[in-house]
Amino acid sequence: MSQPAAPPPAQPPSEPQDAPVAAPAATEERPPGLLQDVLASSWLMTVCAIVLALVIGAVLIAAADPDVQSSAGYLFARPSDFFTAVWQTISSAYAALFQGAVFDWAAASPQRAIRPLTETLTISVPLILAGLGVGIGFRAGLFNIGAQGQITLGAILASWVGFTWHLPAGLHLAVAMVGAAIGGAVWASIAGVLKARTGAHEVIVTIMLNNIAVFLVLYLLTTSVFRSPTPQVGRTVAETAMLPGLLGDGFRLHLGFPLALLAALGVWWLMERSTVGFRFRAVGSNPHAARTAGMSVPWVTITVMAVAGALAGLAGGAQLLGTERNLTGAIAGSIGFDALTVALLGRSKPLGTVLAGILFGAFAAGGRLMQTRTGTPIDIVLVLQSLIVLFIAAPPLVRAVFRLRAPGERRRSTAEAAA
Amino acid sequence: MGSGHMRLELRGITKRFGSFTANDAIDLVVEPGQIHALLGENGAGKSTLMNVLYGLYQPDAGEVLLDGEPVTFDGPGAAMAAGIGMVHQHFMLVPVFTVAENVALGHEPTAGAGLLSLGEARRQVADVAARFGFHVDPDAMVEDLPVGVQQRVEIIKALSRDAKILILDEPTAVLTPQETDELIEIMRQLRDAGTSILFITHKLREVRAVADRITVIRRGKVVGTAEPTAPETELASLMVGRAVSLGVERTPAEPGDVVLRVESLTVRDAVGTAVVDGVDLDVRAGEIVAVAGVQGNGQTELAQAVLGLVHPTAGSLHLDGTDLTGLSVRDRLRAGLGFVPEDRSTDGVIADFSIQENLVLDLVDAPPYSRRGAIDRGRLRRNAEQRVVEFDVRTSSVDAHAGTLSGGNQQKVVLAREMSRPLRLLVASQPTRGLDVGSIEFVHQRIVRERDNGTAVVIVSTELDEVVALADRIAVMYRGRVVGVVPGGTDRDVLGLMMAGVPLDEAVAQTAAHHTTLGALDTAPPTQAAQPTQAAQPEEEGR
Amino acid sequence: MSLATPVTENAPAPDDAGRLRPTWRGPIAYAVIALVALLAMPLRTPDGSTRFRLSTETDFAQIPTFEVPAAPTVWVLVLLAVALAALAAWWTRQGRRTGLWLPVVFGVALLLAFLTFVGAGRSAVIPLTSVATGTLFLATPLIFGALSGVVCERVGIVNIAIEGQLLAGAFIAAVVGSLTASAYMGLVAAPVAGALVGMLLVFFAVRYHVNQIIVGVVLNVLVVGLTSFLFSTVLAEDPGTWNQRQALPVLPIPVLSQIPVIGPILFRQTLLVYLMYVIVVALQVYLFRSRWGLRLRAVGEHPKAADTVGIDVNRTRVRNTILGSAIAGLGGAFFTVASGLAFGKEMTGGRGFIALAAMILGRWSPKGAVAAALLFGFADNLRTVLGTIGSSVPPQLLLMTPYIVTILAVAGFAGRVRAPAAEGIPYVK
Repeated sequence: MSQPAAPPPAQPPSEPQDAPVAAPAATEERPPGLLQDVLASSWLMTVCAIVLALVIGAVLIAAADPDVQSSAGYLFARPSDFFTAVWQTISSAYAALFQGAVFDWAAASPQRAIRPLTETLTISVPLILAGLGVGIGFRAGLFNIGAQGQITLGAILASWVGFTWHLPAGLHLAVAMVGAAIGGAVWASIAGVLKARTGAHEVIVTIMLNNIAVFLVLYLLTTSVFRSPTPQVGRTVAETAMLPGLLGDGFRLHLGFPLALLAALGVWWLMERSTVGFRFRAVGSNPHAARTAGMSVPWVTITVMAVAGALAGLAGGAQLLGTERNLTGAIAGSIGFDALTVALLGRSKPLGTVLAGILFGAFAAGGRLMQTRTGTPIDIVLVLQSLIVLFIAAPPLVRAVFRLRAPGERRRSTAEAAA
Repeated sequence: MGSGHMRLELRGITKRFGSFTANDAIDLVVEPGQIHALLGENGAGKSTLMNVLYGLYQPDAGEVLLDGEPVTFDGPGAAMAAGIGMVHQHFMLVPVFTVAENVALGHEPTAGAGLLSLGEARRQVADVAARFGFHVDPDAMVEDLPVGVQQRVEIIKALSRDAKILILDEPTAVLTPQETDELIEIMRQLRDAGTSILFITHKLREVRAVADRITVIRRGKVVGTAEPTAPETELASLMVGRAVSLGVERTPAEPGDVVLRVESLTVRDAVGTAVVDGVDLDVRAGEIVAVAGVQGNGQTELAQAVLGLVHPTAGSLHLDGTDLTGLSVRDRLRAGLGFVPEDRSTDGVIADFSIQENLVLDLVDAPPYSRRGAIDRGRLRRNAEQRVVEFDVRTSSVDAHAGTLSGGNQQKVVLAREMSRPLRLLVASQPTRGLDVGSIEFVHQRIVRERDNGTAVVIVSTELDEVVALADRIAVMYRGRVVGVVPGGTDRDVLGLMMAGVPLDEAVAQTAAHHTTLGALDTAPPTQAAQPTQAAQPEEEGR
Repeated sequence: MSLATPVTENAPAPDDAGRLRPTWRGPIAYAVIALVALLAMPLRTPDGSTRFRLSTETDFAQIPTFEVPAAPTVWVLVLLAVALAALAAWWTRQGRRTGLWLPVVFGVALLLAFLTFVGAGRSAVIPLTSVATGTLFLATPLIFGALSGVVCERVGIVNIAIEGQLLAGAFIAAVVGSLTASAYMGLVAAPVAGALVGMLLVFFAVRYHVNQIIVGVVLNVLVVGLTSFLFSTVLAEDPGTWNQRQALPVLPIPVLSQIPVIGPILFRQTLLVYLMYVIVVALQVYLFRSRWGLRLRAVGEHPKAADTVGIDVNRTRVRNTILGSAIAGLGGAFFTVASGLAFGKEMTGGRGFIALAAMILGRWSPKGAVAAALLFGFADNLRTVLGTIGSSVPPQLLLMTPYIVTILAVAGFAGRVRAPAAEGIPYVK
């Protein structure tokens, strides 16, 4: 798991001419003890990053609280008031976050008590699907910032199939989901084809496509095909195309969740066990060598974008057919950008993406309860999310904060010798 | 400018990277107005030493003295201020800046309010250029200039900062023999004007032509000093640590049918210049044809065109009679082409893939390594374990990433991969660049063995030694054209002239008359068994 | 931006990108656009005339409303565009490259043709002056954002966080303006906010070599989260203290503002817009003609070359990225104090990304960025104009155009776009 989630930027030009070829490889390091191993692992790093973000979030929550502010006014007179207020604010906010995300011990019935967890999983469905797509892009060296637009296109097609076609239950759903995947794949392929054929940078093209998708959906909602009696809301999808619920009334968790897990498994197989994934990774790691070995870089670029777009499209489909049911301008919410953070936190690996998706789903679900119960705005969740990803991306920073030892410190200095 | 005389002394310079010692207690004295050559193989630690001297690295031990005063440089700026100028092997010029802007960068003349005085900058360029008789247009965009001129811009850059000591790092690597001669003339002029020059190279002839004093380093240590009159063989054995015999044991070639036929092949670059210009070449089964030439004369593009990495604008390529036009790289590899790229770390291996994955980059998407898109991991491992033994790849495990291997072992991985298919044609570019002597021998042996198995082999190399050691025939390229095709044992001086674009017969005539290019100091007889008369008969079969 | 070398089979090596012969993509794009315009507009222009107005009631110099015969005007303008497309093709044949003026004139001709087209035969008057004023107004944050991008990317740091810097600037300008009851104090505070975001950007990008695109994207999320959080807590609790709207006064420049037509457009503005003029001119001059600019560009093009002549690469990057970010932060003041609005959640609405597009379309130069930002401002402004004259063209489709144009531009259909060579690559000795 030491592979960085991000594709390495173009390497600084290496200078092989005077490189000490005899430089000993990094294999002769002192084998670190088990404890060191655990400390250096990326799992611990992830936990540390989350803790650090929660601490900073706590400071923000406390600082913005009126009780804390007023008690700070007489901090030196009665410090206990201040610390009580701080503790009260933070603990109630995070408790509500947990209750809203996992298990609500204060709920009236056992069903209500576990409902938060199912909400978390429901919200995580599009995050996982889109995050998988973004992750594949990262591993193939492509910055797909366009999940947002691809989700939108997936949702547009899913809803169109859902309300215009009339098919038996099951088949209708399958067709609608396939439509969603195609919608996302086609949208992403625009960036893929342009990158492959003209070298247009995918970051710019996908950002632009995101914006175009926003206006496209707004435009479509004014057309006779999509328009419903309610302004700015599309027609309602037929029941036959909806993703069925898993737990019955009172729960929103739907078939999309097992589908997302299945997709993660599929992505794992694709990337780790298939020749297609081998080519994706090869091009992502070193396009020059991949080309020299007979792989077609343009083909990989287009295919990766199409696969990533299909997954994001599925996320849009799952969102529409699982929970929303009507197309709106805000159908993609911020899922596309959250998917980026999910993929980064999950280090572009399927299991990591699933866990990161569930974590951010939990933040979103818990954030709602936190907002209603304690008045702490749900926006704090964005702060937590972005801080976690920043810390993940800068392991030395987290290590410095927690005073951990760096793995392979000596390795780096040996590598310098070759520079 | 540049008038002061300065004495440079390095005492016990040591620089370590982790457990690797790049420079080990190096002592060196450059007297005022002297050309001092630092001679060493690739990887001997020359560049590290220069980076220490130039303030890019801090030494772990030892000191630098200028005119007897110890100095420390915390960066290139300090080194320059003290009068040290450096011409880097990879030019440190901003391609989209003009000559004047590049020269001015870092000590810009300003005309108030922070605005540049470009007139003043132009004048600086013109001044220095005039003093040494260069012709450089101060307003030319650097990226539009030929390499030789860019190098002069680098020299002007250093001189305009009053450099009293000029470090030239492998300055001739990118030059033609003629440009090299011009550079040598410039170096002599500079020396006569009082500038000390530290000349870093691994090329014996140049050292003997121009140096006043020679220091040889090997594996980070000074192994000896010599006068330029020392015989070449003595310098060479100092440099590599034992008597050099680059000659590979091999029997005469038994050429068979034509395998690769290149007909009036033309490749244009993005600007439209023909980098490969109407090349004709035939390579037969069981022979090694070396494509020789100074770096950047179209050899790289020729090799890339054979593989299909660049598309020719005219001409044709046939492999065993099959037209390669329109075939993808993959198709060509499947058709029996093996390709060893020039830059193995960029094009040869994927650093963060395991050795076993690197060994099947080309074959993974077909049986037996995969079935219906699923990789057979057991097969990958067994294949790797076998290849690692066969090609003597030194690694702890086939799961190790290729990036952890040394250059020589990476090259063996590339060779192992490329030779794991049944080959009709092997194209190897710079197959031994940057390798240690042991690896060089191994690679050469494998290439010869491949030839003996009946494969047609093309070696693209800028190293004359390698060309002479391996080739059955030599095609010399200059400015995209094949100047001539000569037998393997051809006189080096003839080859050198041809590399400068002199046609074969003229080259032979000139060499016979008097040794020109650097030849005046070349007392050693032609090293190989080549007879000038033999060289005088141009090969017709390539046409 | 070219963060990674495009590895396509027919793409040229990046080193040669600048010396490329002009490609045919540009002329083809012009030809296609001109052809579409030719088919879409002249023949379908309704009979009658289009009425334009060049002044507003409050102007010093009153110019009467004038009419142009719609169809002939559209014909002339479209044919001009066709001629320019042909000229571009001719030049490409000759191996000449088109300057910046050609796309600008081409675009302006088609925009005027479009205005004449939509106004044809209608009673409503097209207020050209307010079209221009509105364009400049909407382009202001884009120009600041794009200039920020120019400075950062020219020094080698990809700034995707322009959006966040604008938002942070808007937030701080509102809060400081409100607390001090002075819009000018808000204007002073805005660049500080942008600079803080820029500091975070370089902290992660230069110190820890985190991929710059990732940092940028994440910083945008962070700023949205922080400002929204504070908006919903501190600002919402006591908006009278924290989020009282303040407005920068309009300062007509004595003589200049009385020039007919352009006076009211350019010189009846707030201090922020005047600052923008100064920054545009200063950057255009200093980026290409000063010691600072030379060093900055050297660091962005070939950091090692800069290092070997004694320029501290990372310090140059840090300082100028913070400077660039401060420019974006200043632009953020547009949304609050310069528009006389209180702060609202996510009120920048993606303008930072359009600014990024404007910078690329403007080929990393200040004047190009300004031209592109004005184009985008115009497209944005058309929505209002079309509403007033009752046109049936769907505004959503018009709003897409800037993004489509940008995609065409990065795909090489608007001349060769060449990013600073070392952009996005951390400098490690």
